[in-house]
Amino acid sequence: MNEQSNPEREAQKVSRRIFLKESAQDLCWLVVMGSSVAVLGTLVGDARGENAAGGMETQEAYDPHKHQYVYLIDVTKCIGCGSCVRACERENDVPPAFFRTWVERYMISRTGHVQADSPNGARDGFDPKVTGDEVTKAFFVPKLCNHCTNTPCVQLCPVGASYRSPDGLILVDQKRCIGCSYCVQACPYGSRFIHPQTHTASKCTFCYHRITRGLSPACVQACPVGARRFGDTKKMNDEVCEIIATKQVHVLKPELHTMPNCFYVGLSKEVR
Amino acid sequence: MMEPDVTGYLFPNDVHIMWSLMIVLYPYITGLVAGAFIVSSLYHVFGRHELRPVARLSLVASLAFLLVATLPLLVHLGHPERSLNIIVTPHFSSAMAAFGLVYTVYLLLVTLEIWLVYRKDIILLARRSRGIKRWFFATVALGVYDTSEEALAVDHKTIVILASLGIPAACILHGYVGFMFGSVKANYWWSTPLMPIIFLFSAVTSGVALIMVLYQSLMVLSAKRINAECVQSISRWLWLFVIVTVSMELLEITTLAYERSEEWLVIGPLLSTKLAFSFIGVQMVFGSLIPILLLGIVVLMRPYLTDPLRNTIAFLASLILLIQVFAMRWNVVIGGQI
Repeated sequence: MNEQSNPEREAQKVSRRIFLKESAQDLCWLVVMGSSVAVLGTLVGDARGENAAGGMETQEAYDPHKHQYVYLIDVTKCIGCGSCVRACERENDVPPAFFRTWVERYMISRTGHVQADSPNGARDGFDPKVTGDEVTKAFFVPKLCNHCTNTPCVQLCPVGASYRSPDGLILVDQKRCIGCSYCVQACPYGSRFIHPQTHTASKCTFCYHRITRGLSPACVQACPVGARRFGDTKKMNDEVCEIIATKQVHVLKPELHTMPNCFYVGLSKEVR
Repeated sequence: MMEPDVTGYLFPNDVHIMWSLMIVLYPYITGLVAGAFIVSSLYHVFGRHELRPVARLSLVASLAFLLVATLPLLVHLGHPERSLNIIVTPHFSSAMAAFGLVYTVYLLLVTLEIWLVYRKDIILLARRSRGIKRWFFATVALGVYDTSEEALAVDHKTIVILASLGIPAACILHGYVGFMFGSVKANYWWSTPLMPIIFLFSAVTSGVALIMVLYQSLMVLSAKRINAECVQSISRWLWLFVIVTVSMELLEITTLAYERSEEWLVIGPLLSTKLAFSFIGVQMVFGSLIPILLLGIVVLMRPYLTDPLRNTIAFLASLILLIQVFAMRWNVVIGGQI
């Protein structure tokens, strides 16, 4: 049986037009409220300085827009000593079993059989290895974050903690990262990891704290043979940029079109 | 045959498996959510009246799993206290950022639909009970006590609209997870345009299997009769979805094996060595072949089966499929990282 009498029910009948109009108004209010919260949150974040890229602009005279860094590795020069890995570990407090940079050894036989390894990332260099095959070709390949121009890791970050700085580096906002590891999965080069103490994404930063002070990254500094070199495309007569512009250089996994900014001289087809 | 270039070598950082059991669980749970919802929509939208006994159960099961779906994610995050960053300030180029919007919309939709479906019962219970129970049902009734035919007709229309909207919502809720994996070009095992569709169809498989298991278990536990037409219909839909899912999974692998490009150099050894037991054994032979045969018997040999026999076969097939979908999630997530 009807709970209310007929006149009351008639009065309570809501026409479709009124329902839609009121729903639209509610929706507008929701949008206004929601965007105010988002804007307020961003403003608070700005005031706290969380949204500042890299956090180094407060240093006098360093303008990230005046630089665009590139890296050059000469595979023919690398001797696999591991100095770069040790320097990086010390300079950046890299935790054990994780690597911001590492060196791989390739040993290739006459038949084309390839053996690749990187014992502890080559932190302690390489021990000689005895193989069954006659090895006709062997070389060391240093690797690090390529700071790609068309990077998948920035694209896939759900909160925008990974970003590209104006001077061409891919950096991670340690205060914003939620530690979901999506960027670690996205990197085709295996450059990223989740730091076991901070639980945020971590990787090579080209030693940003050094390069903004005019120094070179620790790995470049430590390399005894000049296999690792660092350049700036916005600097006049930069040697590294000359080589990249005039000599035959390679990048890792070009088919993925990530447009890396680490270039290789002497890279062989077997390198993954 | 050319020797493969490099086999078995992993980059030093890749030895750490970042996405573990929690990330296997999350697609499994959202899969159950989407699949259960599809069963209820088959009744509400497509008018499959033989599914009436499970229509409400499916909705409630969908909501129940939806409410716990975020738990594995929060446990997995390095900084769960920052998890609201995804919802309040998402980075929209990321498929993962879709989570906030899709989850919220779907949660509202399912909650509203359940409220409408149970509205009449809530009001009756609110009137008949006393004490705390009465207080609870009166609150849930939201102050509306109209049980007239007109009101119920409006309810029904709204339910149909919500159920219709819910189908794409459920598809996106689970589809975006598949896209998250499928769009990672760095990972050969994950990167394929088929991934969202494979995930979606296997999700619906798991959801329908769940409803079969739940329905039969609940009927047996409450000593009620199991509706034969209902079980037959669920079996038919389940058979269809399993066949499509397995076909697509096999299609993907067959294409990779046929094209013989670099992906196959990695995936071939993966499937024949590290994933041999969990993929070929559990997922394919035990988890797919046997249920397809069992459900085929139920669907094609109906006149030869008694009710209890049919129910048992269907129940067994559904249990195996629940395991199969879990194995599939495991093989995709963990398999892609080893």
